[in-house]
Amino acid sequence: MSGLPAQVIPVFSGTECSPDDPLCWSWVTGNWDSVLAPALVQHVYITLIAVVVGLVISLAAALYAFSRNWFAAGFSGLSTLLYTFPSLAFFIAFVPITGISLTTIEIGLTSYTLLLLFRNALTGLRTVPRSAIEAAEGMGLTPGQILFRIRFPLALPSIMAGVRVATVTVISLATVAAAVAPLGLGKPIFDAIHTLFDTELVATGVLTILLALVADVVVLGIRWAVTPWLRAAR
Amino acid sequence: MTATREPRTPDRPPADIVFDHVVKRYPGQETPAIDDLSFTVRAGETCCLVGPSGGGKTTAMKLVNRLIDFDSGDITIGGRSIRSVDVTALRRDIGYVIQQVGLFPHMTIAANIAVIPNLLGWSGDRIRARTDELLDLVRLDRAFGKRYPAQLSGGQQQRVGLARALAVDPPVMLMDEPFGALDPITRTEIQDEFLNLESEIDKTVIFVTHDIDEAIKMGDRIAVLRQGGVLAQYGTADELLAHPADDYVADFVGADRGLKRLSLRRMREIVAPDGLPDGATEHADGGVGPSVDADASLRIGLSTLFAAGADSVRVTDGDRVLGRVSLAQLQGAVSGSAV
Repeated sequence: MSGLPAQVIPVFSGTECSPDDPLCWSWVTGNWDSVLAPALVQHVYITLIAVVVGLVISLAAALYAFSRNWFAAGFSGLSTLLYTFPSLAFFIAFVPITGISLTTIEIGLTSYTLLLLFRNALTGLRTVPRSAIEAAEGMGLTPGQILFRIRFPLALPSIMAGVRVATVTVISLATVAAAVAPLGLGKPIFDAIHTLFDTELVATGVLTILLALVADVVVLGIRWAVTPWLRAAR
Repeated sequence: MTATREPRTPDRPPADIVFDHVVKRYPGQETPAIDDLSFTVRAGETCCLVGPSGGGKTTAMKLVNRLIDFDSGDITIGGRSIRSVDVTALRRDIGYVIQQVGLFPHMTIAANIAVIPNLLGWSGDRIRARTDELLDLVRLDRAFGKRYPAQLSGGQQQRVGLARALAVDPPVMLMDEPFGALDPITRTEIQDEFLNLESEIDKTVIFVTHDIDEAIKMGDRIAVLRQGGVLAQYGTADELLAHPADDYVADFVGADRGLKRLSLRRMREIVAPDGLPDGATEHADGGVGPSVDADASLRIGLSTLFAAGADSVRVTDGDRVLGRVSLAQLQGAVSGSAV
C-alpha cells in the first residue's frame, strides 16, 4: 500500500503516523475517546441486547417445547433456517421494514443466537438424570415444578455453554452489521477499509478480539456463579 | 438427637395399606401385570415384596402412589381409597425411596431434604429444625447439610434419600430396592440402621427387594409374587420358611430355608437354665467350651458349635452365663415344622 499517494489518509489520524506503520500507537491514544471507546461501548450493548433477547426467546421456547415435540421440531427448523441465511443479506433484508437502525441489526443478530441457545436449552432440559425425575414424581412434584425446579437449573450448564458460543458469535457478526447501520466496532472497520491507513483496521480488529475474549471470561464467570454444585469437590 | 427438637412435626400414626383385588393390565399384553392382588399391610409393619424380575413387585408398589394406575379393584391407605385423594397430595404423604436415590444434584443436602416442606410452605425455622433432626436420625453429621450430593458416598446419599422421604413424617413409605446399589458392607450397615430407625419412627413400609435374605431381615411380613403379578404367599418370614405354600415359594425362599429359620431367632429365646447349683454362677470367661452372646442368632450359635466341635454352647449375657444350648435343642427349634 505504501506506493500509493498519501492524501487518502483520514483526517483524524495521528500527526506522526505513517501509512506504512501497521499499528501507530499515537493514533490509538489520540482517537480512543472520539472513535474507539464509543464504538466499543456500542458494540457491548449491541451484543448484550442480542444475547439477552435471544436467550429470553430461546428459554421460553425451550420450556414450551419441552413437552410439545411438534413445537420443538418447528422452532428448531425455523432457527436452523435463519442460521443458514448469509448474515449481510439478512441484515439488508430488514432495512426496508425497520430502516437503517439498531433494530435492524438486533433482529439479525438475535435470530442468529436462537439456534445455539434453543438447542442447548432443550438438550439441557432433556438430559437430566432419570433417577432425579423419578424421585421427584414419586415425591409429589407436579410436572411444572419438575420443569422449573429440577430440569431448568440442571440445564444451566448446557444453557451457559450455548450463551458462551452465542456471545462470541454475536460479537464477531455485529462487526458485519455495521455495513447496514454504522454502529459498534464494525463502523471504524468499514471506515478503515476505504482508506490506506492500516492502524484503524488493526486497532479495531484487535479490540474486537479482546472484547470477545473478555466476554468469554465473563460468561464463564456467570456460569461459575449459577452452577455452584459443579464446583463442589468431593 | 439433641436439644433443638422444639418445632418438630407431630408424629403421625401409621396407616394400614390394603390391596383389594387389584388388577393392572398393560395395553397390548395378554396377561395382567398384577392379577387379583389382595393383601393387607398392617399399620406400622414392613411388608417386603419379593419375586422374580417381571413378577410385578415394583409395579405393585408403584400402584400405591399412583405412579402406575390400576384397572380394577382398590387400594386404601388408612381406610381411604387412594383414588379419592388428589394425586399430588397423596404422593407428598408417602415417603418414596428408590435404588438410584435420585437426589437433586443442584441442591444441597439440606435443600434436597426440604423440597416437600418448602412446597408445603413450612417456615424457614421449622424446615431448618426438621432438617437437622432428620440428619441426626439417619446418622449424618449436620455439616453435610451444606454439601452437594456428588460430594457424598453411595451409602451417605441413600441416608439422605431416607431423610428426604421422611421429611414430612409420612405415615406410609415405599422403598424400591433401596439398598440394592450399595456394596455388601454398607448395605448391611444401612439395613441395620434402618431397622433401628423403624423402631423409632412408626411407619407402614412397602419394601421391594429381589433378595430373599434382605426380605427375611427387613420384613415383618413377606409377600411373594410369581410371574404375572399373582400373590404366591403372604406371611411372616418364619411362616414362609416353615410352611412354604408350594414348590415355587419353597424354591424361592431357598433350599437352605432350615438354616434361614435359624437366623430368625436368638439364642436367648431357646436357652434353658442348665441346672447349675443354686448360688453357683458360672462366669463367662471361666467355664469350658465355646460361648455365644444371648442376642446372637441360632445360626451363629450353630456355627460356633460346629467350629468348636462341641456338643453344647454356653449362652452369655455380658458377664452372666444364661445356660447352655445343645445341638439337639437347635435342631428342635427349627424342625418339626420345617420341611
